[in-house]
Amino acid sequence: MSSAMPQQSPEPSPPADSATAGPADRHLVSYPRFLLRAVTLATDGSPLFYGWMTLLTAFALVGVHAWANQVAHGMVTTHMTDQVSWGLYIANFTFGVGLAAGAVMMVIPAYIYHDREMHDLVLLGELLAIAAIVVCVLFITVDLGRPDRIWHMLPGIGRLNWPVSMLTWDMLVLNGYLALNLHIAGYLLYMRFLGRRPNPRWYVPFVFVSIVWAISIHTVTAFLYQGLGGRPFWNTAILAPRFIVSAFVSGPAFVLVTLLALRRLAGLAIGPAPVRTLTQVLRVTILIDLFMVASEVFTEFYAGGSHVASAQYLYFGLHGKAALVPWIWSAIALNVTAAVLLLQPRVDRRHGLLVAACVFAFAGIWIEKGMGLIVPAFIPSTLHELVEYVPSVNEWKITVGIWAGGLALYSVLLKIAIPVLKR
Amino acid sequence: MTTDLTPAEPAVPRRTVLKAAGATLGAAAFARAIAPLAAWEPAQSVDGFLQKHYKALTKVELKAVIARLEQETLDATGVDVHIAADEPQEGVQFAYALNLSICIGCRKCSEACHKENNHDRASGQSYIRVLEMDQGSLDLAHGDSTYDHPVPAPGKFYMPVQCHQCENAPCVKVCPVEATWQEKDGIVVVDYNWCIGCRYCEAACPYHARRFNWQQAEVPAAEINPDQGYLSNRMRPQGVVEKCHFCLHRTRKGKLPACLEACPTGARVFGNVRDPDSEIRWVLENKRVFVLKEDLGTRPRFFYFFDK
Repeated sequence: MSSAMPQQSPEPSPPADSATAGPADRHLVSYPRFLLRAVTLATDGSPLFYGWMTLLTAFALVGVHAWANQVAHGMVTTHMTDQVSWGLYIANFTFGVGLAAGAVMMVIPAYIYHDREMHDLVLLGELLAIAAIVVCVLFITVDLGRPDRIWHMLPGIGRLNWPVSMLTWDMLVLNGYLALNLHIAGYLLYMRFLGRRPNPRWYVPFVFVSIVWAISIHTVTAFLYQGLGGRPFWNTAILAPRFIVSAFVSGPAFVLVTLLALRRLAGLAIGPAPVRTLTQVLRVTILIDLFMVASEVFTEFYAGGSHVASAQYLYFGLHGKAALVPWIWSAIALNVTAAVLLLQPRVDRRHGLLVAACVFAFAGIWIEKGMGLIVPAFIPSTLHELVEYVPSVNEWKITVGIWAGGLALYSVLLKIAIPVLKR
Repeated sequence: MTTDLTPAEPAVPRRTVLKAAGATLGAAAFARAIAPLAAWEPAQSVDGFLQKHYKALTKVELKAVIARLEQETLDATGVDVHIAADEPQEGVQFAYALNLSICIGCRKCSEACHKENNHDRASGQSYIRVLEMDQGSLDLAHGDSTYDHPVPAPGKFYMPVQCHQCENAPCVKVCPVEATWQEKDGIVVVDYNWCIGCRYCEAACPYHARRFNWQQAEVPAAEINPDQGYLSNRMRPQGVVEKCHFCLHRTRKGKLPACLEACPTGARVFGNVRDPDSEIRWVLENKRVFVLKEDLGTRPRFFYFFDK
């Protein structure tokens, strides 16, 4: 996992790239060579790398197989019903958008506070955003009853209900975000391949746009739910702020663990400063997240009334039905534990503790903003029928398969990018 | 010491051989994984896949589409059905009212809907759900749609719920591909050949009016209602959303909805509110009518009233 990208120009201080310098046909030659090099780097590695990728591929293939079965036999292979019409897929989609947004938002300190060391992490975040968006798109795709008609959503040839439907907004901003991050990451890597210093003009403005865009993707995703008047559990103005704050937990938590893993496995040299900055971000955001959950819970239960039924079902069970109760209390326990661990002195230097806190926080948010957010809105139904939902084995296979595929993509992207991070 | 013993550089490096073997294995595994797709019969021809949105079809194209759909139903079930594409009539605005004082909760309306609209037999699907409610409360939290005892039960009243054909319909707003829309006569319809099956409308509807085809609906050939409409009761494909359409294949021809005809107590009143002499107009003007969840601002065309 450590082969370095060759530098074509051996000068110690390569010249800055300029769009006008050099004829365009040079890129026609060098860009395909860059892509070829990327493919070589992505498929060449240590036995550990091969083993890891084989494992992920195996899980992904199980997911592909399960999805093929779902398409062939219908969504009856899931345990969703007309009462609970969204489940595990949309739960993971929602969490995935948070991860994608959080991955880029964590670079805000790098630019706002001119933190040079954080700049190195920009690329890591952009790559995570790419993988996470691909995961999101896959979760939407497997949730469709008619994946063969996905072209109906394409601008131009389909028939987009824009700007009224929030789902069209979501589709547009997610794809825009994917394009932005592909550009930034691709540009930085290509310049490195050419041995040139990246020209800030060609990526810094895009980084700024992508930071604002990151907030927009998660806001739009929250608006998907909070705009529905018929679902009191979602119909709350705090949903979008909650989404943003929890994204600021899951994104940095994932990047922190990745950083520490890369340092150990790929010999990446990382100073203490980025770890400290990310830890500080986490310390604050996890507390704000818990505060917002508390505020939400207070509002629901103190006022009472029929709109509390979903929250009642989620936290305590309703009329003897309580499938989500263990989930949500696990989430609260995980988040509170993570918050306590993160408040320990010098936790940024006690990596065992730090990794535990990140894993707990990540898992806690996954439940809280996944199953804990999506499913209770449907229970009870709008006509107050109490139908519970527990995902089917096929749904779990597809879900695990998609996450494995996303992780495989992220691994490959990192494999290509590590030589740059090592400079 | 001879040159023969010197290990020669192999013609193809071992690593490349391994990579090629890995790639081949991966491709084979992938082919195996997607094998179930071969059994997938989406009742789809190339024409079906490329079919345009209902509103984008010319008259000629619509005719061809309908001929294809009729042929597909004939091939699949052996039943020769007729699919109409009735337009909304000028000067017609449909509305429905239901007299809760005389509804006895017999579910005949629900059963009539089940048959008229070619619903899946095994699941007993219907666009109407009848709630048994406690006298003295309109709180849906105390409703029960699964009652199984002689009706009317003492101390109870009954509230059938179906699509309210809202003027400000949340389901129409959220659909990402305009697969559902409100027609000029107020009926909210679905193009079953354009719906992508995202079920956002199901999440948005405050009245639980929408149904998803979790699998291909099964109706015995002898029970298929051959009098069908493109936007109403034709056979729906797997993986799309459907809903009550006020039996537009009947009502646009001047007939009454199947649920109304089946009602033994006369609790249901349907008609054109633009007609000053219609019964529905009289009810809306003279009864104390109300709509469900008025606070949501959906402006339903489905009203309830008590007359004693």
